[in-house]
Amino acid sequence: MSGGNATAVRSALTRALRGVHWYLKELTGEARWDDYLRHCAEHGHEPMSRREFERRRADEAERNPVSRCC
Amino acid sequence: MSTTVSRPDTDGGPPGGGGRRRPSVKTVLVWTAVAIVGAVAWTVLALARGETVSALWILFAALCSYAIAYRFYAKFIARRVLAVDDRRATPAERLHNGIDFDVTDRRVLFGHHFAAIAGAGPLVGPVLAAQMGYLPGTIWIIVGVIFAGAVQDMTVLFFSMRRNGKSLGQMVREEIGIVGGIAALIAVFAIMIIILAVLALIVVNALAESPWGVFSIALTIPIALFMGVYLRTIRPGRVLEATAIGVVLLLAAVIGGGLIDDTGLGEALTLSKEWLVLALVVYGFVASVLPVWLLLTPRDYLSTFMKVGVIVLLAIGLLLARPVLQADAVTDFAREGTGPVFAGSLFPFVFITIACGALSGFHALISSGTTPKMVAKESQVRLIGYGGMLMESFVAISALIAAVVIDQGLYFAMNSPAGATGGTVESAAAYVNGLGFDTTAQDLAAASAAVQEPSLVSRTGGAPTLAVGIANILSDAFGAGMAAFWYHFAIMFEALFILTAVDAGTRVGRFMLQDTIGNVWKRFGDLSWRPGNIMASAAVVALWGYILYVGVTDPLGGVNQLFPLFGIANQLLAAIALTLVTVLLIKHGKARYAWVTGVPLAWDLVVTMTASFQKVFSSDPAVGYFAQRARYATARDAGELLAPAQNADQMDRIVYNSTLNGVLQAVFALLVLVVVVNAVVVIARALRTGGPVPTTEEPAVPSSIVEPSGLFATADEKRAMAEHERLVGAGARGHGTFTEEGPPR
Repeated sequence: MSGGNATAVRSALTRALRGVHWYLKELTGEARWDDYLRHCAEHGHEPMSRREFERRRADEAERNPVSRCC
Repeated sequence: MSTTVSRPDTDGGPPGGGGRRRPSVKTVLVWTAVAIVGAVAWTVLALARGETVSALWILFAALCSYAIAYRFYAKFIARRVLAVDDRRATPAERLHNGIDFDVTDRRVLFGHHFAAIAGAGPLVGPVLAAQMGYLPGTIWIIVGVIFAGAVQDMTVLFFSMRRNGKSLGQMVREEIGIVGGIAALIAVFAIMIIILAVLALIVVNALAESPWGVFSIALTIPIALFMGVYLRTIRPGRVLEATAIGVVLLLAAVIGGGLIDDTGLGEALTLSKEWLVLALVVYGFVASVLPVWLLLTPRDYLSTFMKVGVIVLLAIGLLLARPVLQADAVTDFAREGTGPVFAGSLFPFVFITIACGALSGFHALISSGTTPKMVAKESQVRLIGYGGMLMESFVAISALIAAVVIDQGLYFAMNSPAGATGGTVESAAAYVNGLGFDTTAQDLAAASAAVQEPSLVSRTGGAPTLAVGIANILSDAFGAGMAAFWYHFAIMFEALFILTAVDAGTRVGRFMLQDTIGNVWKRFGDLSWRPGNIMASAAVVALWGYILYVGVTDPLGGVNQLFPLFGIANQLLAAIALTLVTVLLIKHGKARYAWVTGVPLAWDLVVTMTASFQKVFSSDPAVGYFAQRARYATARDAGELLAPAQNADQMDRIVYNSTLNGVLQAVFALLVLVVVVNAVVVIARALRTGGPVPTTEEPAVPSSIVEPSGLFATADEKRAMAEHERLVGAGARGHGTFTEEGPPR
């Protein structure tokens, strides 16, 4: 029984950690690269290099300033 | 799909769910329990006099009130007042381009929005307002957020979303009129400059003569630069990795600062306020012209992580330490208006000292800029707009608690201007005793020794006080002996927020300036034109840098003089935003619900106009800028010196500063009145027609995505999403192309 409980706890913990990881990747925009790769795979495009991809994102950030409140 | 989303305007069902249902017994019991706990907490706070009261009552009163407000009032606003409609595609869906218009997960967008609205403001205002006692601040933060601040954020977000994410200024121009629009544009720009100056002033006051603080803050710059380079060339895009390294380095910097005190480096980093002003101005300029990936973006990651981390840490610390309130519920200063931290009586000054956390006009700029372009479903404005602001309010409540659980003698020694305390522990103790609070020179010296600061006397601005409060709470919670580390850790993270806000604000100000001047001088409006960037950046930095310098060198104390201006400016911006949404409700034919934004607007106007009137016309020199000017000018002309001025030069400075502050104050109030008068005309015209009048709202387009509206998906929503997935197939999200990839935020 306790073995079953331990497994349940472990899987709940794994799920929670995976959730946090997903959230942080989404929040920081890191996940955009994965989205892009998936997009390319779906449409049969040849993906650009990660360096190039991140550079384009930085250029966009340059043009769209974000406000930070007090 | 339309099958899964009900019509909120006809059957009142939850968006994305079925029709209205009778609440289950469990639901009724839970909400009754929440209401009872909240009511008990409020009663304890209101009735306790002269006995020991745990600070946790404030926490419970806040959390229960937030829960009830979110569950009932925010839902009412979403369904009845705004009539959010999930069958309608949001601009993120309609205009999806993967750049600024981008369907974003509601929980992720909540994080973005919260990181954008919450900074040092909710940490500082409540600390200063604590001079009136814990009760006025607690009531205003909680009641204010529920009926004003969160309502503003949510309604502005909604109306901007219905207009493809138009900015506040644009909406005022198009929906109210050109006169109001121009006034709003000038007001937004001017208010932003004041806010940047006052935020920078808080950093200067926190870092002056504090080598430990300067050391750790200075190191955030190379740390951010390192992260920037790391993300650009070493490991592109690995943000979590880079941020983890950054956070570790940051903690090392805070620890390292403790070791430099008696070294030559410590001496070299003991900077005067004037030097810090220069450093900040140079830094602000460089940060504004450097590419964002190098400094701004990585600093923003650090700042966001620290923000969330510290809030969680503080909440846990409060629960573990369970501190007792040291401040009175309501002090004499609240009644008499003679408080040393800022002058003026409870009404109106508590309500403008605490802006962020209760009602902050600056949020309207964020709710009408980036966020509305990323909302997936209309009903999510409740979570993101209302919920995000509740979260900021919680930060403000935590800050208030930190300020009212420290020894009140120390509180007043720290927060009274140097002109009053005299600057030494002996003179400060005598001054504070005179105010009626117990403390001794030994106590004050011991308090500064405990956090390893040369002195805590007249460390105004709120940040050092909050840091002392946090250090006390976290030492109690996690073991003694770390007070100095926690203090400098708190200073570091506050300064980090503020520098991020200064960076970003300077940049936004630069864009606004280039955009506006670009109307008459085309070349200047080109954002990629280097000389234009440099000129606009220099202009923005010079403006806030100048006001910062004025504040720092003010013999009367910059915080004492400028913080009211900052609070009033922020609340005046809120008046513009609330005016806009009230006009829009009426134009949309919802005059019967106009009270939802109209009442907080009326309150905000009464508060800000009373405060502005007093700051301009009061005959009390402690309150009225021009009365102050007259008093010092008369004395100067008679060749006299008035305390705290020590020479003729300082007399001149006081006269000049009072005039400047008074003029700024008057101009802000007039600009807002222009918007309000223009709005009244528009409202009268709309009411005369009797029905809805045309607005710039985008026509409805059916939505083809299904998303939950709240934080957690309900069973109905999960079913609807599964059904949608089955019909449309996986990967229904993100239809846009990725050839031009979007910004990180």
